[in-house]
Amino acid sequence: MKPVFQKLKEKLGSAILEVSEGTAKEWRVFAAKDSILRIAECLIEVFGMRFLFLSGSDTRKENKSFTLHYVFSYVHQDQFWIVQTRVEEKDPQFPSLAPFLPQVNWHEREVQDLLGLVAVGHPDPRRLVFHEDWPQGFFPLRKDFGPHQKIPRTAALYAFERVEGEGIFEIPVGPVHAGIIEPGHFRFSVAGEGILKLEIRHFYTHKGTEKSGEGKTPEHLLCLAERISGDNSLAHAVACTQALESLGQIEVPSRAQFLRVVFLEMERLHNHMSDIAGIALDVAFSFGASQLMRVKETLLSLNEELAGTRLLRSVVTLGGVRPDISEVKKEWLIQEIKKIKDDFDKTIQLLWQVDSLMDRVKTTGTIMKEVAEVLGGVGPVARASGIDRDLRRDHPYAAYKDLFFRVPVFIEGDVESRMKVKVQEVYESFKLIHDALQAMPQGSLCGAVKLLAPSQSALGYVESPRGECFHWIVTDKSGMISRWKIQSPSFSNWPLIEYAVLENIVPDFPLINKSMNLSYSGNDR
Amino acid sequence: MFRILKKNMETGKVTLPRTALTAKAPEGFLGAPEVDPAKCTGCGKCVIACPTKALTMVDRSAEDKRFCHLSYGDCIFCGLCGPVCSHQAISFKGKFNLAVRTKKELHLQSSFSLSDCRKDTAFISSNALPAKDQADDVQSFEQGDFSSRLSMEETGLKLKDKIHGLFGRSLHIREVDAGSCNGCEVEIVNLSNPVYDAERFGIHFVASPRHADMLLVTGPVTRQMELALVKTYAAIPSPKLVVACGTCAISGGIFEGNYAVVGGVDRSVPVDVYMPGCPPRPQAILHGIFLALDKIPVV
Repeated sequence: MKPVFQKLKEKLGSAILEVSEGTAKEWRVFAAKDSILRIAECLIEVFGMRFLFLSGSDTRKENKSFTLHYVFSYVHQDQFWIVQTRVEEKDPQFPSLAPFLPQVNWHEREVQDLLGLVAVGHPDPRRLVFHEDWPQGFFPLRKDFGPHQKIPRTAALYAFERVEGEGIFEIPVGPVHAGIIEPGHFRFSVAGEGILKLEIRHFYTHKGTEKSGEGKTPEHLLCLAERISGDNSLAHAVACTQALESLGQIEVPSRAQFLRVVFLEMERLHNHMSDIAGIALDVAFSFGASQLMRVKETLLSLNEELAGTRLLRSVVTLGGVRPDISEVKKEWLIQEIKKIKDDFDKTIQLLWQVDSLMDRVKTTGTIMKEVAEVLGGVGPVARASGIDRDLRRDHPYAAYKDLFFRVPVFIEGDVESRMKVKVQEVYESFKLIHDALQAMPQGSLCGAVKLLAPSQSALGYVESPRGECFHWIVTDKSGMISRWKIQSPSFSNWPLIEYAVLENIVPDFPLINKSMNLSYSGNDR
Repeated sequence: MFRILKKNMETGKVTLPRTALTAKAPEGFLGAPEVDPAKCTGCGKCVIACPTKALTMVDRSAEDKRFCHLSYGDCIFCGLCGPVCSHQAISFKGKFNLAVRTKKELHLQSSFSLSDCRKDTAFISSNALPAKDQADDVQSFEQGDFSSRLSMEETGLKLKDKIHGLFGRSLHIREVDAGSCNGCEVEIVNLSNPVYDAERFGIHFVASPRHADMLLVTGPVTRQMELALVKTYAAIPSPKLVVACGTCAISGGIFEGNYAVVGGVDRSVPVDVYMPGCPPRPQAILHGIFLALDKIPVV
């Protein structure tokens, strides 16, 4: 069989300037910006690759232009294909892929806001990240933008898309919500109870995290990564450290790889527990909610005893992990997990038989497979809509390739399916923790730490409880971090909610929102 | 129905007694760093390891003094400073109930003779250490863009006694996430679980600021949330209390100094209690709320 890059050259000829192999799994295609669309079409339609994310960086110092990286996943060969193009400063425009590939919508608008490049032909060129009081002409990801710069506020109005007609009302919700959740704005257009349109307006929690990461030491970058999305602290930290380890060619000892699996699955457990509890709470079935919140509390206390922090912060470090699990602790943890499993099992068996719960979750908030596919849905949300996709199996990292687990997939795409996916994943996580603890070899916890390679870039990725999470790190010629791109699963999944709520009633929105459980902070960064 | 009852009875009572809320954290829990002045030589290695400048050192050659600062209002409890210390002067003993009324109380200072510090081979001059731009241990209400929306009475005078008299039995809290990573939210939600059960102390989380007595704020106050925070504060009927929950809410934490962050809740609205932690444990959040009400149990 011919290698992919040869076939690609034959197909596209002069559109491709160069193909090169980066680190083992990353292939690079250099192209002029005018041929980006052709290449993307070819990669997706001919090779069946999947678009992951777009990262823009300011490389004017090195080559007098901006650089865009389009990252694709090639599952068949466990590879990532990165299409790289340059955008000259005097002509700061690039062709929009959104008409062909709707999932790049937000990605391109983010590049517009943060880097000041214009996506030509974008169907919705409004601002995404910055709100109306952000003045024109300030682009934080440009290198001449000081991180401590104080930006004046200007007055302007955001134009929501309007639905007009007799008896149609708008319901604005947020940014401060009724419950204890993060801030974001939802604008419903309704006729009676039925939702005709939902427009989400987020980025209230935008903290400039990516810019903060520039120039940080690897250890400090990890601290920041742990604070991108609190309940997914570890997933972000592992993704980030994997990118750093790839840049520094740091070997992670096998024991540390297995411990990472144990802690990552512990994180998945407490996240899914609170999601299922949240669904029970939103249908006013407080028995289920309090039972599962109690189980979650047990898990957080376990984390505290194992790792010193309840949200598994300070667990990973460059080259390995910080806390060890001794033989005594191992046996104890296996027993505790078994107890938790029995407890969870009893509660879940009851939940499926409660009519007041099942009535609310069946056929509510349905996301069709086609919609999830086109908009680039990830994680449990995609798996509930019939998309069989899981980074742990498709692009294995840590010790996942040595462990056996199933990836649950359901096809209905409603709240019930999302709940089922999470319940099944909880059982798989119990099994993974048990197996990883048993299979864990003796050895050191941390590999030798080396300096990051200069002028390189690398990808780190984790299937977080919410779905796939990517960290893309670029170093400058002195080996310092010059660009840190965070692709959180929430950024991929938020646009789906606008479709999930259509033809549903407003009171079901909290339920649909909870079943998708998206992070605002992970999305806004 | 009977199966639900059966499960409930099997589970039994899981709520922690009030005394357990102030009990020690389990073995292995990190908590806040504590510096042993007898072991510390003031070399400055920990200052480089600290990601948030919670540890800083200032040299005054004229007085032959080196001042070491540790600010719990900036500390994110990452534990990076402990292992780098060659004299094992920094320990983590699981200290977590840290809520205070003024930022000054979060600030620990010790001083060394500069010439003695230089004797340590690991000594690093303060010029080579990361330093804070300015001392930020005093409340400053003038810096927020929307502070003009608050009246003098709200920013300055607070009728504390009246508040405590009024809120003697129950307390209604409106929580506002002003840009947190959602770590603090996880722990605040946990307050309502059967183990901590904050409702038994008369603490309710309410949906509207109009129903609230206290504003519990998390996050470093992002530029895009500042207006919403100030409006929520203004919507709470006086007298009212404000608690800044988590390190970000005290100083901006790891996000301090960023273009998108105002940095510290007290730059936008006046704060009564500061509660360090990243995130604070549920016990520490309850402790902070009790402190705001002057209801700390005597141990």
